[in-house]
Order: sequence, then C-alpha cells, then structure tokens
Amino acid sequence: AVSLPFAVGQCGNQVGCRFWDLALREHAAVNKKGIYDEALSSFFRNVDTRSGDNAPDIYRGKICSLKARALLIDMEEGVVNEILQGPLRDVFDSKQLITDVSGSGNNWAVGHKIYGCQYREKIVEKLRKTAEHCDCLQCFFIIHSMGGGTGSGLGTFVLNLLEEEFPEVYRFVTSVYPSGEDDVITSPYNSVLAMKELNEHADCVLPIENESLFEIVNKIHQMINSGKLGSTVKQNSLVTSSAGSTKTLPEKPFDAMNNIVANLLLNLTSSARFEGSLNMDLNEISMNLVPFPRLHYLVSSLTPLYTLADVNVPSRRLDQMFSDAFSRDHQLIQADPKHSLYLACALLVRGNVQVSDLRRNIERLKPSLHFVSWNQEGWKTGLCSVPPVGHSHSLLALANNTCVKPTFIELKDRFMKLYKKKAHLHHYLQIDGMEHSCFSEAISSLSDLIEEYNELDATKGGPRIDPSRLKIAV
Amino acid sequence: MSIVTVQLGQCGNQIGHEVFSALCSDIRGTHGLCSKNENQAYQDSCKERFFCEEQSAVPVARAVLVDMEPKVISQALSMAASSGLWRYSSHSHFCQKQGSGNNWASGYCVHGPRHKEAILELVQREAERCDRLGGFFTIMSMAGGTGSGLGAFVTQCLRDAFPTSFILNHVIWPYGTGEVIVQNYNSVLTLSHLYHSSDALLVHENDVIHKICAQLLNIKQISFRDVNQVIAHQLGSVFQPTHPAGGGSGYSRNPLGDLMETLVPHPEFRMLGLRNIPQMPESSLPFSTFSWPGLLKHLRQMLIAKAPMEEGIDWQVRPPHPGSSIPCTNKPLHFNTSIANLLILRGKDVHSVDLGSFQDPSLYTSWLNPQDAFNAWKTPRAFNRYEKSAALVSNSQFLLKPLDSIVGKAWNMFASKAYLHQYTKFGIQEEDFLDSFTTLEQVISSYTNL
Repeated sequence: AVSLPFAVGQCGNQVGCRFWDLALREHAAVNKKGIYDEALSSFFRNVDTRSGDNAPDIYRGKICSLKARALLIDMEEGVVNEILQGPLRDVFDSKQLITDVSGSGNNWAVGHKIYGCQYREKIVEKLRKTAEHCDCLQCFFIIHSMGGGTGSGLGTFVLNLLEEEFPEVYRFVTSVYPSGEDDVITSPYNSVLAMKELNEHADCVLPIENESLFEIVNKIHQMINSGKLGSTVKQNSLVTSSAGSTKTLPEKPFDAMNNIVANLLLNLTSSARFEGSLNMDLNEISMNLVPFPRLHYLVSSLTPLYTLADVNVPSRRLDQMFSDAFSRDHQLIQADPKHSLYLACALLVRGNVQVSDLRRNIERLKPSLHFVSWNQEGWKTGLCSVPPVGHSHSLLALANNTCVKPTFIELKDRFMKLYKKKAHLHHYLQIDGMEHSCFSEAISSLSDLIEEYNELDATKGGPRIDPSRLKIAV
Repeated sequence: MSIVTVQLGQCGNQIGHEVFSALCSDIRGTHGLCSKNENQAYQDSCKERFFCEEQSAVPVARAVLVDMEPKVISQALSMAASSGLWRYSSHSHFCQKQGSGNNWASGYCVHGPRHKEAILELVQREAERCDRLGGFFTIMSMAGGTGSGLGAFVTQCLRDAFPTSFILNHVIWPYGTGEVIVQNYNSVLTLSHLYHSSDALLVHENDVIHKICAQLLNIKQISFRDVNQVIAHQLGSVFQPTHPAGGGSGYSRNPLGDLMETLVPHPEFRMLGLRNIPQMPESSLPFSTFSWPGLLKHLRQMLIAKAPMEEGIDWQVRPPHPGSSIPCTNKPLHFNTSIANLLILRGKDVHSVDLGSFQDPSLYTSWLNPQDAFNAWKTPRAFNRYEKSAALVSNSQFLLKPLDSIVGKAWNMFASKAYLHQYTKFGIQEEDFLDSFTTLEQVISSYTNL
C-alpha cells in the first residue's frame, strides 16, 4: 500500500528533503540485493530513465532509478530549487513540482484563496498522475507548518482538495506549530485559520512544536559533549543525524530538527513497509486512535534518541526505552501526557522486541497513566522486525491525550491578543473571499475543540460507573 | 476424508503455517513408539486429511490463504517452500494491498462482498481436490479486521455454498490488555455472527498460551512465533489421526463430523475450549516420565477448576456431591460444569487407561447420559516427542468468564459511543451492534445457567 507525501511550503519542503534522504538511507540498509521490492514501492517508483521521461514503471527486478512518490509544492522557488540542484535531484522529476516565485507573504489567505484558486487544476492534474502510478493508494501525508502562508494556507487548501478528489484515501497531516516567540507576527492568525481546516478535513494530525525539537537537539548535544557517555555514540543512530545517508549533503541549520520529524514519518510507516509479527498499517492507526471524528490530534514521541556503540542491550535498557516514551522530554510537542487523560495510545516497536517485552512494559507503565473510563485497556500495539538505521530497536508512541489542550489554548490566546486589536487584519480582509466570518468561524471551531477536551478532562479521576448490561429474558 | 483449512488475516496465516509445519514434522519424526504398520497408517491418514500429493515432490497443504495485505502470505509461502518438507499450493492464495484497518465493518461489508467470488473459487478448487470432503477448518483472530470481519463473511459464504459440510472455526482471543483498541467491538461482532453460521468455535486465548510459554516452557522473551507454535501443537494433538471411539482398527475417517457429534448436542452451546498435557521444554523431555493416571488426574482438575495449564491448579474445587440434584445457583462457585468432553490420548499403553474419572456424572449437566457426554479417541502412536500426551476438548463453562469480560468491556465502550463512526461509515449501524450484544448475552446466560 502506498503512502504519498506532499510537502507544502518552505518548512514542509525542508522536512520533506530530510525525509527522502533518510528513507533512501533506510531502504539501502535493508535492501542489500538491489531488487525493487514491496517495501520500496510504498515510497518509490522504479523507472528506467534511459527510455526518456515518460518511461513506464518497472514493477520488479533490479533497481534502475528510484523516483519518490511525492508532490513538492512551494510558492517560492528557493527551497525546491535547492533540492533539485542538490544530490536528491534524481529522485524527483519536474512533473512532481508546483512552484511560483513571489511566496505567500506569511498570509494564510494568500496561500489558501489566491494560490489555491490559481493552482487548483494543476494540483489535481499532477495528483491524478502521481496516483495513477500507485497500485493501491492508502494514505496522503501533508507536511507543512502552520504559522506561515504557503504551508498553512495552500497546504490546507490541498487538504480540502484531497478530500474532494480522493475521499477514500486517508489524510494524515504533520503540522509544525509556531512557538510563542515565532518571528512571524501573524502566525497565530495563520495557525488558527489552518486549524479549522485540520479539524474538518484531516483524518489524523501529528502536531509538532519547534521548541520540543530544539530541546531534543540540545539534549543530544549536551550528552555527547559532556563526556558522560561511557562509550561512543553511534553517529548514524542519532535521531537528529544525517550521517550515513546515501547522498552527502552539507548540513544546514534546521537539519537536525527536521531529521527528527523525518524519522517520525519513517517509523510511522515502517510496519506498513517491512514485515513483522504484528503489523500496524496507517488505516489501523486512524481506526484505533480516533474515537470521535474531531478528536484526531496525536502526540508523538520517539525513543531512543541515540544508541551507544556497545552491542549488548540488557532488557533493562529496553524497558528504559518504554519509560522514556512517556516522559515529557521525548514528546514532540510541549506536553505532559502522563498527567493528562489518555483516550487511546499506540506503541509501534521496531527491531528485536517481542510480545512479552511489550506486555511487561504495558503492565509496568499502566498504573501511572490515566485512561478514559470507556477505554481502560486502550492500547494498540505493533511489532515490526526491521529496526531503524543504527539501532537494534526503537519505539514510536502515539497518544490521543488531552495534553494537547494547552497548546491549543495558548494558540487561541495569542490569536485573541492580535484579533482584539484588529492588528494586521486588513492584509487578510483585502483578499477576495476573506471576511470577518472566516476569523470568527475559525476561532469558534478551535474553542469547540478545546471545550471537547475540557469535558473529557472533567471525567478524569471521577468515580467509574459501568453502564448496566442488557438483560435477557431467561 | 480431507479437511480444507482456510487461513484468514495475519494471525490466521501465521498460525496456519505453524500448524502444517507441526503436522509434517510429527509424521516425519521417529518418536512414534509404535509398530511400523501403525506408524504407516498414521502417516497415510494424516496426509490424506491435510495434504495433497498429486505430482509434487513434497506434500502440498490443503489450504486457502486469504489476507487483505500481501506481506504475511508472502512470508508463509516462502517459509513453507524453503523448509523443503512441505509447501502451499502456488495458486491457493488471495490477497489485496490495503488491509482492513482493524475494522470489522471494512472486512465484512466491503472486502467480503467485493472478493467473495475469488475467494470461494479458491475454496471450491481446494474442495474438489479432496476425494471426500470432511469439512472446513478456518483459522482467524477476532481482534483485527480481516480475520474477524472478512472471516465472519467467508464463514457465512461457506455455509451457503456447502450446506452439508462441517465448519469448525478456530478463533484466537486476544490478550485482555490491548493488542487492538477496538478489539472488543470486533470480537463481539465476530462471535455473534459465527454463532449463526458455524458448527462450532474452537477457542485459544493469547493470555492462556502466554502463561504456558512463560511458566511451563520457560521461554524468556516470548514472541508471537512461540505462542503460535504452542497453539499448533495443541491443534495437532486434536487433529492428528486417532482410532474412533467405538474401537475398530482403522483410523477415524471423519474427524470434524465426529467432533461435532460428540461435543455439540445443542446449537445454543457451540464454544469449545482446549487443554493439553504435558507441555514442557524439549530439553526436559528425556528426564521426565509420565503415567496415565497422573496425567489424567491433572487434566480432570484443570477441567473442573478451569485452570489454563498443569501448574497452579486449584485443587480445592470439587464437583457437587454426586446423586444430589442441586439447583445451579447452589453449585460451588468455581466449579466448571460440562455439557460434553472429548479426551484424545496418544502414546504408550493407551488402551489400558482408566477413564472412569471423566465419566463421573457430577461433572456434567443432566441432559445427556454420562456415556454420551464423554468420549475418548486413542492412538498408540505418540505425538510430537511426548511419550504420552492427552488433549481435552471441552464444551463447558471454560470460556464463560473471558466471554463475559469481553462483552462487558465492549458494552462499556458502546455506551459512550466511542469509535462507532468508524463502523457506521462502512455499513455497520448501532442496531447491528445491539443485535450482536443480544446474541452474546443470550449465550452467556445459557452457559451460566448450566
């Protein structure tokens, strides 16, 4: 089953670039014989480029030239051009790109209303073309940031489009939320306007906060430089590292942070690509983690952040990995799931981990976690045999947890601060199709969402009354 | 007579592969401890039952493999082929690409009807390869989407297409603490639907098998493969050839039919549990000796006290005083009342075994004569390196508590309406859930009032 990533905007494409690089690295590590297999086909097509641009796909046999199944969209050329001139240029062809020159000016309305309208047909056409090459299209991934104009505005326009044109294909969105100190003053407007679209049209959203990525990067630097580690760290195991990737790229400032997000996506799709004793596909993630349609925001955590070079891993270390997955500093947003309420939790384990390790750790950690009354045993688990590069095992935890609430509340507060003063509103209202109601509807949608989380939180720690069972006449 | 196995979903295909491997390794083994003729008859009977040998270097399993994604079937096919000892037919599998997403409704309402023809055709072909068809054995888990939903649909189709054939569903019950969050919904829907189309459900619980791996087999890091191999061993101990209950020299020709006849006297009661003794690490076998009285004493107490295995049995549980008629509300709390039991004995001195303790009327409900409520199948041919081994297939209150627990949890979730939108979008409505709950509460009530 194929997953199709779309990178929209500057942030989206920078993350996307890291994603494709690390995906190639991962498959190269596993696929020693150079045969084009099922695993590769979820992300890449196999094409014989000597036969020209319109060469048909080669479905089996030796790997010829791998092309990423992707669409790269940006309304500025800088980032996409860099990718096309860099070592990854052979992985994309011009038919997968949609670019413009002037950018969206950090304005959601420009991205959504102006460029959306302008590029709608072109996007649909390229989408159909890309989908045609897919044997079985299961899922779209949108990678974007919320705070700017293109990723946020055009990205959510694409989300809408995907729902209209391919209603049966799942829509997963990886959204980078702006921090309080974000450079872009209007980021709260852009984010809240985008949130409404995510509420209504996404199947699953994985929110990411730059602050969390930054803290993880720092933590790793400290660990390495402090000399506290007894042995050396395996370079290619760092969740932030590009080391060992098949194309050598000069390291750019956001690379470390973007690698974390790229690794998130690789781990999320690992069980769909590689074999294991308990497979976990993307449609299963949506099924198990979304109990009510609007509550589809999942907090993610990745462990371990690095692996030491020594080979023997006693099970104590393995258990530490599970504990870390629930700790504050491994979450990719500023949240503390342990002290909030779980609606559902998924654990996707990779590598040499068996069902007894999973069960032991769930038993161990369960008592300290709060689960909603109707889902006391709400665990979804997956075991994938193939570990990530540089690791013998790894864990991705996805939580549907009320700890996302503070992120949304803060966002709402920052929005209201600007909106009350009507600061910068005219930039938006002067765009065709934008009215005050767009803003009031968006903030209302966000408030409703926060209220749903509040209601759930209110049930936390309350008395548990099981509903009475059906009575059967004897 | 031959049995056609239908392997459904990841669990069904992983277990199915282990079952055929176990059967094959057993018949090839030199541990038979019986006469050459006996061994030959055993091998021939097993091969006829489970394998087809037309023009093939190695036996070909009589199996149809079905899954909605390709990876597991692919593995099963290649592992079998590379063993060099047996293989699957290269034309007996059906798979798709996108999976069922752990969604019963997707398996039952979407994949089922869409692929019905293709799947039935494979089954038909496999059935035609049998000289005489003894029935169908389906392997599935009830927690996921394919084995459960598509499995329920396929079972219904089998019933419609083969109205006079026996259908035995082998159902795996998931660990109580989540493998899948919506597992209780999927379980309730599966069990209620199977109850209407299958002849009997033979159940294995992951929690029980896990305990056997941990405490009896001393496996440190238990994998699903370990669990599946224990299940395969237990199934083999039931379905490998035996002499029929009434004596007679040949091996029984109709295992599924005989099973149904002995164990399912009433359609309301179709849930069969399975216990096996002894189970120990291979390394301990040379140092152990077994006696039939010892084995049967433990097995009987496992039945009465609902123990999962031969360690940790509660010996305090006793049947009610024989002869007195006790209303069911006064029966000792933990005592397991049986409707019917089947004992399968394999190995040395099997014909001299005293089975009186299993014929004790106080073990059973009063509807059947104790002679009819209990049956035994035997063979002097030892199974899978155990000099003596016994399997118990029981229609009793074994599964009452786990069933009640699953229905309770599902109901709790249903009351909050969580996840219902995932089912309704594929065609399973709230009323369908209510029907399923009603069916199962009825089953629970029936078993409780034994």
